[in-house]
Amino acid sequence: MQEEKTAFTPDTEINTVLATDCGSTTTKAILIEKVEDEYRLIVRGEAPTTVEAPFEDVTMGARNAIREIEELTGRRFLSDTGVITPRQPDGSGADIFMSTSSAGGGLQMMVAGVVKTMTAESAARAALGAGAIVMDVISVDDGRKPHEKIQRIRHLRPDMILLSGGIDGGTITHVVEIAELISAAEPKPRLGIGYKLPIIYAGNKHARKHIEEILSEKTDLRVVDNLRPVLEREVLGPAREAIHNLFMEHVMAQAPGYNKLMSWTAVPIMPTPGAVGNCMQTAAKEYDMSVIGVDIGGATTDVFSVFGDFFNRTVSANLGMSYSICNVLLEAGMANISRWIPFSIDEADLRNRIRNKMIRPTTIPQTLDDLILEQGIAREALRLAFVHHKSLAVGLRGVHKERTIGDTFEQSGSGDTYIDMADLGMLIGSGGTLSHAPRRAQAAMMLLDAFQPEAETMLAVDSIFMMPQLGILASVHPKAAMQVFDRDCLVKLGTSIAPIGPSGNLQFGEPCVTVTIDLNGETIEESVPYGSMKVIKIPENVTVDAVIHPTRQFDVGKGHGRVVESKVNGGVVGVVIDCRGRPLALPDDPTLRSQKLLEWFIAMDMYPADLLKKYADKGI
Amino acid sequence: MAHAYTPGLKVTEKAVIRKTRRLPILGEVLVEKGQKVSPSTVVARTSIPGNPQTVNIANILGVEAEDVVEYMQKKEGDYVHQGEILAQYSSFFGLFKREARSPVEGTIEMISKVTGQVTLREPPIPVEVDAYIEGVVEEVLPKEGVVVVTEGAFIQGIFGVGGETNGVVRVAVESPSDVLEASHIKSDDADKVLVGGSLVTADAIKKAGEVGARGIVVGGIVDHDLIEYLGFDIGVAITGHEDVPVTVIITEGFGQMRMADRTFSLLQKISGLKACINGATQIRAGVMRPEIIVPGYQTSSSGAADEDLAQGLVVGTAIRIIREPYFGLLAEVVELPPELQVIESESKVRILKAKLEDGTIVTVPRANVEIIEA
Repeated sequence: MQEEKTAFTPDTEINTVLATDCGSTTTKAILIEKVEDEYRLIVRGEAPTTVEAPFEDVTMGARNAIREIEELTGRRFLSDTGVITPRQPDGSGADIFMSTSSAGGGLQMMVAGVVKTMTAESAARAALGAGAIVMDVISVDDGRKPHEKIQRIRHLRPDMILLSGGIDGGTITHVVEIAELISAAEPKPRLGIGYKLPIIYAGNKHARKHIEEILSEKTDLRVVDNLRPVLEREVLGPAREAIHNLFMEHVMAQAPGYNKLMSWTAVPIMPTPGAVGNCMQTAAKEYDMSVIGVDIGGATTDVFSVFGDFFNRTVSANLGMSYSICNVLLEAGMANISRWIPFSIDEADLRNRIRNKMIRPTTIPQTLDDLILEQGIAREALRLAFVHHKSLAVGLRGVHKERTIGDTFEQSGSGDTYIDMADLGMLIGSGGTLSHAPRRAQAAMMLLDAFQPEAETMLAVDSIFMMPQLGILASVHPKAAMQVFDRDCLVKLGTSIAPIGPSGNLQFGEPCVTVTIDLNGETIEESVPYGSMKVIKIPENVTVDAVIHPTRQFDVGKGHGRVVESKVNGGVVGVVIDCRGRPLALPDDPTLRSQKLLEWFIAMDMYPADLLKKYADKGI
Repeated sequence: MAHAYTPGLKVTEKAVIRKTRRLPILGEVLVEKGQKVSPSTVVARTSIPGNPQTVNIANILGVEAEDVVEYMQKKEGDYVHQGEILAQYSSFFGLFKREARSPVEGTIEMISKVTGQVTLREPPIPVEVDAYIEGVVEEVLPKEGVVVVTEGAFIQGIFGVGGETNGVVRVAVESPSDVLEASHIKSDDADKVLVGGSLVTADAIKKAGEVGARGIVVGGIVDHDLIEYLGFDIGVAITGHEDVPVTVIITEGFGQMRMADRTFSLLQKISGLKACINGATQIRAGVMRPEIIVPGYQTSSSGAADEDLAQGLVVGTAIRIIREPYFGLLAEVVELPPELQVIESESKVRILKAKLEDGTIVTVPRANVEIIEA
């Protein structure tokens, strides 16, 4: 019997990969194999996660999910003591087994720094990038009085705290002050009654001695390199690594059954969002373009962005489609939700409906009205999560930047978001609302409305949410991960062409852009006026030459009125020409808005046309 | 494959109920295995370190942080009273004096030479955990708490606000369709758990609070009334810690919704008995629903209804539809086609056909129903 896992080395030849993601409700297993020269997804299985009572053993859910794979392939992957590795001559087992996890609430952290927009922000980025939910950010200048900060630290029971502050050689007083507050609060960890709370210190190296004096007895203190050694540079690697190690040692080790699961895996278990971030970064590198990814769940919405060397992840902890759907209503407001709905609905009725979705999260929209409502709420959740993301996806603040006279007029100093929607190459949507929308055009439209990509952007959705498993696979075998990502994970919806503008006052219906496409020798020319949308059906995996000619009030990447010649990709929806303006212009008048919404729905073939007729007949 | 429907909430006359009562940090367990306990029995106790307060002596005295120790009148470990002098600075032969006084009573925990701060720790705060329900200690979790077990009636609600409490149950309305209004609430309803039908009005909740009622159990509540009662809007489905006088448990949903007959009739049976209730709700992994427990309730029926519930959906099962366009309606399953079908929203799902109370046959996704009674 081959129960024990074998040591994995980078030289190990990998032909069969088994990977699980233990989510808070479902554990998903995938089997990837080399077929001829390509890695492909073979089958997937899923089962309820078993971290909670009465099971309290995560490996039961993992076994059940893998058992589905066994049934579908007719091969054996499980032994009495775990997953069989490596693959055996009789065909049983896999070359490598790995897992990600967000079960049991994922990784919950608190971060602290000296200045809110400098070291505290860097610490928050380190924690978020490692896959944590940041419960609070404490800093000397956060506006709270010392006793309020202490109360907050006491009240929250994070899995760990990341403490930063000060550049190396700078003042030590402030970071020591924060350490004193933490010490006074005597914080307790969320899991493991009686254990000491892990604290990672990644601040001014000259303050280490004092920090150790203050915190080493009361807490489980780890010291790593300063994450902001000089003002101009952020070094997040050592802090992120320490977070991952502590996640394994402390959080996972306390969670039911994880010690057993850890003994099965060849590489350390990664927090699910950390793995998804890894997947996005690998994809951006592989496709050589900027990428934004979003995962909208029941409780939270995660946004990832990779622009050049910048990688950022944010978690909007209370923007989701079930558990926290009422918070979307609260934050967005009724007017913002109803602007996406082409029919009138009584506000009290809508509020009760949203609350009922919160308390019975597994129900699904049966009627078209209900589906349109739910997708309207999703647009707002996505939009707000993206606003949140842009506020954190910024250059380093506090950095002195020399300016020329020319820069004076530009005002794009440090601390501005680096997200440039015109430079965005790919926008990837994930999560039930986007991945399981009855028509793919609905997912495309939700992404367009919430993110408003500019010029040319590839739109895609994750078909079955296997980015976590591909993210952890990318850490050992990026090529295999990217082949599966491209061929089996992504559903390419198509390129969107969205002219920026208008630069002045313009009425709907006036000329905006003409797109000429050469498809198999046939020339397709579409002129789309301002305020309208048009889809050119170009199939998935087909790339065509396109000439995009905007009118002088619009810009498609090279300046107002400038023609752009490029290659655009087809998809299951097609090439979408979105001339609704950037920023998107929705009419204020409810009747006109309803008419335009219906016109766009029809242009995108989003919903059954015969059913949409009833809204047009009824009016708003 | 998992059940393709919402399993429904537990409404049973006879259940074995276990409650783990745990301290937030290690402490002392005060009861023994096998001991009988009542809801108010303190089963475990500990004290958490008192609230800390910081006083920046360096700033107050206007001296360097590293020199603070020189001016301290007290040392680490000393106990001080509120207003007592902690540190004093004088110059010009005592002509100019500055002093720092303690804002609270407590112990000096730390004097920092780096920040010039003094950390004072207020006296420890005792924390006690009670048994919440009447029962027997089944297990002692050393230094952490106990597991209390009891047998009795058990009803789960769908959503609630307010924490643990207990009181004698009084059904204040005639039928499960009735709205619980302020006029139904009497001056002698203090300490009671009041049962309504399809809805509770804002005035009724207010009056219940005024007379000192402990809880309200009702079919539905209007979103706006809940916000008014709480004084804030609930964004995330995690409740139980609201500072409200009356714990409110809704059994069906938001809006006016007739309480399920099975729930109403059990509440009628336990009328006059003491119930332990908790409004705490958490809807995500490890779902927690609000509950009504009547320890020691002796049922005359056999409990067959629960066995039927365990069978899942079969033809004849009574259900409630929990999503538009038939939201809140009661029906009976008439057909369970095994194959996936496309519904109006174009989702391909497993459906069932159900007969509404008016005889109409409707098609509904199985995910949008819950079993309500046998």
